[in-house]
Amino acid sequence: MSNKIAVKIDDLTVAYNYKPVLWDIDLEIPEGVLMAIVGPNGAGKSTLIKSVLGILKPIAGSVSIYGKSYDKQRSLVAYVPQKGSVDWDFPTTALDVVTMGTYGSLGWIKRPRQKQKKAALEALEKVGMLPFKSRQISQLSGGQQQRIFLARALVQDASIYFMDEPFQGVDATTEIAIINILKELRKSGKTVIVVHHDLQTVPEYFDWVTFLNVKKIATGPVKDIFNDDNLTKTYGINYKVSIQE
Amino acid sequence: MDIQDYFSLVFTDYTLRTITLGTAILGAVTGMLGSFAVLRKQSLLGDAISHAALPGIAISFLITGAKDSNTLLLGALVSGLIGTFWIRGIVTKTHLKSDTALGLILSLFFGFGMLLLTFIQKQPNANQAGLDKYLFGQAATLVESDVWMMAIVTGICLFVLLLFWKEFKILLFDKDYAKTLGFNTKAIDILITSFIVLAIVLGLQTVGVVLMSAMLLAPAAAARQWTNSLATMVFLAAIFGAFSGVFGTAISASQNNLSTGPVIVLVAAVFVLISFIFSPSRGLLFKQIRFIKNRRDLELHKTLAFMYNIAETHDDISHPHEIKILNSFQGYTKGTLKKLVEKDYVTLKGSTWSLTDEGFKSALNLYNQLTRNDE
Ligand SMILES: Nc1ncnc2c1ncn2[C@@H]1O[C@H](COP(=O)(O)OP(=O)(O)OP(=O)(O)O)[C@@H](O)[C@H]1O
Ligand SMILES: [Mg+2]
Repeated sequence: MSNKIAVKIDDLTVAYNYKPVLWDIDLEIPEGVLMAIVGPNGAGKSTLIKSVLGILKPIAGSVSIYGKSYDKQRSLVAYVPQKGSVDWDFPTTALDVVTMGTYGSLGWIKRPRQKQKKAALEALEKVGMLPFKSRQISQLSGGQQQRIFLARALVQDASIYFMDEPFQGVDATTEIAIINILKELRKSGKTVIVVHHDLQTVPEYFDWVTFLNVKKIATGPVKDIFNDDNLTKTYGINYKVSIQE
Repeated sequence: MDIQDYFSLVFTDYTLRTITLGTAILGAVTGMLGSFAVLRKQSLLGDAISHAALPGIAISFLITGAKDSNTLLLGALVSGLIGTFWIRGIVTKTHLKSDTALGLILSLFFGFGMLLLTFIQKQPNANQAGLDKYLFGQAATLVESDVWMMAIVTGICLFVLLLFWKEFKILLFDKDYAKTLGFNTKAIDILITSFIVLAIVLGLQTVGVVLMSAMLLAPAAAARQWTNSLATMVFLAAIFGAFSGVFGTAISASQNNLSTGPVIVLVAAVFVLISFIFSPSRGLLFKQIRFIKNRRDLELHKTLAFMYNIAETHDDISHPHEIKILNSFQGYTKGTLKKLVEKDYVTLKGSTWSLTDEGFKSALNLYNQLTRNDE
């Protein structure tokens, strides 16, 4: 971990209707961390990621990626959306979805060619999905679909990865496979930000954590701030975890 | 004239050829674009657009007094576009659901359009004959210039589709992701929607306001059943649409007084019906057949496994056992026993059965497969 700041969020406030779902968030994410964002359902975790990536327009505040606006730094950022956000019955194959990760660098009109296809195949290989490359995506299991989304982000070859619940609905084997890939990304100096629900595994998987519930509760190294106090503040009264054993 | 006469006349008779070409091109372009509407789950969009186009036709007639289709359809295009972008506006600015917005615009514009039509019909001097053809369509009024117009629009549409294929695909599948990659999703969206409006307006003269959305949806819904590739789906939808146009025209021309629009839509509906029943991967028929076959196989396998467990208790696997024992097994029927004999898995002798080598082997395989799947 260096002391450069990869993502900086200032005074971010976001609302869908009248009531803000994110309130005055200040957050600095150092380069090279593997960070979990934790918080209860509806805390605004997905909303935070979507605002950083410019999918949603905040009512106030700003976001910068390595000191510049997201628009200028797009190529440095990759995104794994929540799996339920797309229609998996769409007529397309696993390889085709992963190839979409190259569309950003291709820009308008240009078609993916041999080079892009090769990159997509390599990413499929990395997530162990090569044998399924020609499979129609509705015929993949939930965990396999999740891997496809991960592969699509890997193809982007970014510096910062935002992932919305990549462990949702996957079995233990897939979870280990995914976390190993994330750790490898961190090892090569990338910054990885993951919305995560399983509090038990936070200390084992992540080195950095942000507690979020409409407001930012705390952010910092897992070993310093992942404690009952912050968990209680985030999840409500008297939260007791037995993760220490 | 019967259907045979039609097909021999279609190459020589000018009017018939014009109408057939027109409906075929129309079917192809609406089928193509309809694929996008279907995949975006915007089934009502076509209905809203076609109904929203009606007041445009009336207003354009009131202003220009013209009766030629191009002037009137220009009006339809304008009011169709206005309706469509109002729908977008309502959805983004308020928190109404999109089907509410669609329904609202649809009835509002259609009501206004009907009002204007009745007003025009009451005008004593107005040369209004023919405006109501836009309600249900009248393919017989197609002339060569109409067909040229359709061909040009279809050509442009095809060109744009090929040019922005990748952008359309990613917008349809994952709009938010497309946005993070830097694509202007709003622009792509407007492009697609504008073409859908254009195609619908082109079809008003032939198929009419009321049935136009079926032209958009039916070929695409049918095509979706046959393929898992977007490109193939769009292609098939175009083919189905074109065939609906040709067959519809053929049937209505040979049955003299049937109006073409509804017949075309009915033919398209037949395509849907056939596709929903007979498509190999998604069709009801094959699903049912697969289901029955799977169930039979399962019953057979269960019985075989039961026999295997009994046979295993003996050193000699082909040792005969009483058939009566099988009665205690729930899934057992005489039919399954007969099938097993047919497959040479089991031999019968008097009131006893015994497993053959082959039966034993395949039971063993089954067993291994099951335990492997359990891991
Ligand atoms: N499109 C939307 N329109 C209106 N309100 C929304 C929309 N999306 C989310 N919200 C609301 O915003 C709040 C935050 O939602 P968000 O999806 O960011 O939560 P989350 O922390 O990701 O929850 P989860 O753990 O369930 O994924 C919730 O109260 C939700 O109801
Ligand atoms: Mg979420």
